[in-house]
Amino acid sequence: MSDLRTHAAEIAEQFSDHLDVTEDEIEERLQTLVDEYRVPVDEARRSVVNSYLDEAGIERDDISRGGGGSQQVKVADVDEDEQWVDVRVKVVDLWEPGHESIAQVGLLGDESGTIKFVAFETSELPELEEGACYALSNVVTDEYEGRFSVKLNRTTTITEIDEDIEVGDDASEVEGALVDIQSGSGLIKRCPEPDCTRVLQNGRCSEHGNVEGEFDLRIKGVIDDGRQVHEVIFDRETTETLTGIALEEAKDMAMDALDTTIVAEEIRADVLGSYYRVRGPTFGRYLLVDEFERLDESPDPEAVLIKARSMA
Amino acid sequence: MSSNAVPMREVAQRVFATEFNDASHTFKESDDERAPVYLLLPTGERANRVFLVGTLTEKEDVGDDNEYWRGRIVDPTGTFFVYAGQYQPEAASTLRDLEPPAYVAVVGKPRTYETDDGNVNVSVRPESITEVDAATRDRWVVETAERTVDRIEAFDDESNEYGVMARERYDLPVERYTEAAVGALESLEGTDELATDGDAPAGDAGTPEPEP
Repeated sequence: MSDLRTHAAEIAEQFSDHLDVTEDEIEERLQTLVDEYRVPVDEARRSVVNSYLDEAGIERDDISRGGGGSQQVKVADVDEDEQWVDVRVKVVDLWEPGHESIAQVGLLGDESGTIKFVAFETSELPELEEGACYALSNVVTDEYEGRFSVKLNRTTTITEIDEDIEVGDDASEVEGALVDIQSGSGLIKRCPEPDCTRVLQNGRCSEHGNVEGEFDLRIKGVIDDGRQVHEVIFDRETTETLTGIALEEAKDMAMDALDTTIVAEEIRADVLGSYYRVRGPTFGRYLLVDEFERLDESPDPEAVLIKARSMA
Repeated sequence: MSSNAVPMREVAQRVFATEFNDASHTFKESDDERAPVYLLLPTGERANRVFLVGTLTEKEDVGDDNEYWRGRIVDPTGTFFVYAGQYQPEAASTLRDLEPPAYVAVVGKPRTYETDDGNVNVSVRPESITEVDAATRDRWVVETAERTVDRIEAFDDESNEYGVMARERYDLPVERYTEAAVGALESLEGTDELATDGDAPAGDAGTPEPEP
């Protein structure tokens, strides 16, 4: 019986915006079909949903697809734009919304990793709580520069679940020589518009035009182990630790030289050609460095030597 | 995904000087004018980019009107020649400023040049040159030995098209590169032993290890 109750609850939630039906009412209709008419539960559910769709005068696509339609996915598997999906997640982090149209923004996680989420004011959804776990159905995937997120929307149903989801680590680790520091590294300026942070090109933001940029430090580098190349990004914090050049110092250097590129040059001379092990989450083509280690201990040639001698 | 739109960056091959200098055959894999040019390594790999670390022993401005710097960079097996001119301003200015001897790391493109007598000289056109420490140089030697041995191991695989190509183009037994790798690794062990011997009672003191 409780099974039917669950179905009833889901259907009630799906139609909560459109019809004034109670769970009891829905359960009764389901029960009639299943118990009296021997209709399989799935079919009963379908039939009940259809009758409510008729009643509300709406299309199936207009309501959330609950347990039926959209696909249950792990967050690390999200790799396509504009897919309707269901996720079971823990709220890992909530950030300060950068714009008044945004109700909530933060990070969701499941066993496979983490993903950014955004909920808009207009969707009028209940607030998610940090640290709590939810089944979210009917969220839409989104992509920006190879980085995926999910958007909660008007049709999203939020069900708090009583289990503690262990959030997986989607960090990867690569090791090799730092063989390139790409343009857009060193002392850069970012767009100050809320939630934008795009890097300015000649003082221009591709979205907001000419703006008074805010200084930042970063390194876009290439780590190469002779087999594969990995593009990595050091943010301000890791760049400061790696180079020993703090943002203020970088600004002073640029001011003295009347040239911001001197910072990248200094960094190049300092770190290029050395070996590093870096670790962090991957977004699109980039690994965002959380932790790194300079490999400056002398390596042990023994293992390779034994192998080489055996072939000689 | 959006990453598909970006052409893959060429990996930097690890190759000892002796093998690099034995190479002479270059090829493209498409008719496109801008298609990458590869140097065929004798151990059966294509190299559009190399990463090397060694000792800069000499530098000289060999240019006429413009600066054109030549650097000799030595590894345990031989010497790499690196040329940097006005189109490699950063590498050229690094070479100008460096005082040999110094450990340097070079990322660059292989270049071949046919001499009047029909020989092919191979050099490196650097994308970057930076001064590094001894540990980085030792790590490169071990890594390069490992990559070399891996290539030799895969040399006879039927599916290894560059192994097949190397057999066709070169008359160079790959065993010599196994020996070069062994020698390079042994040169590291030598310096290790020397370091430990420093604490031991002086018995065979007085014979300083020659610079590799």
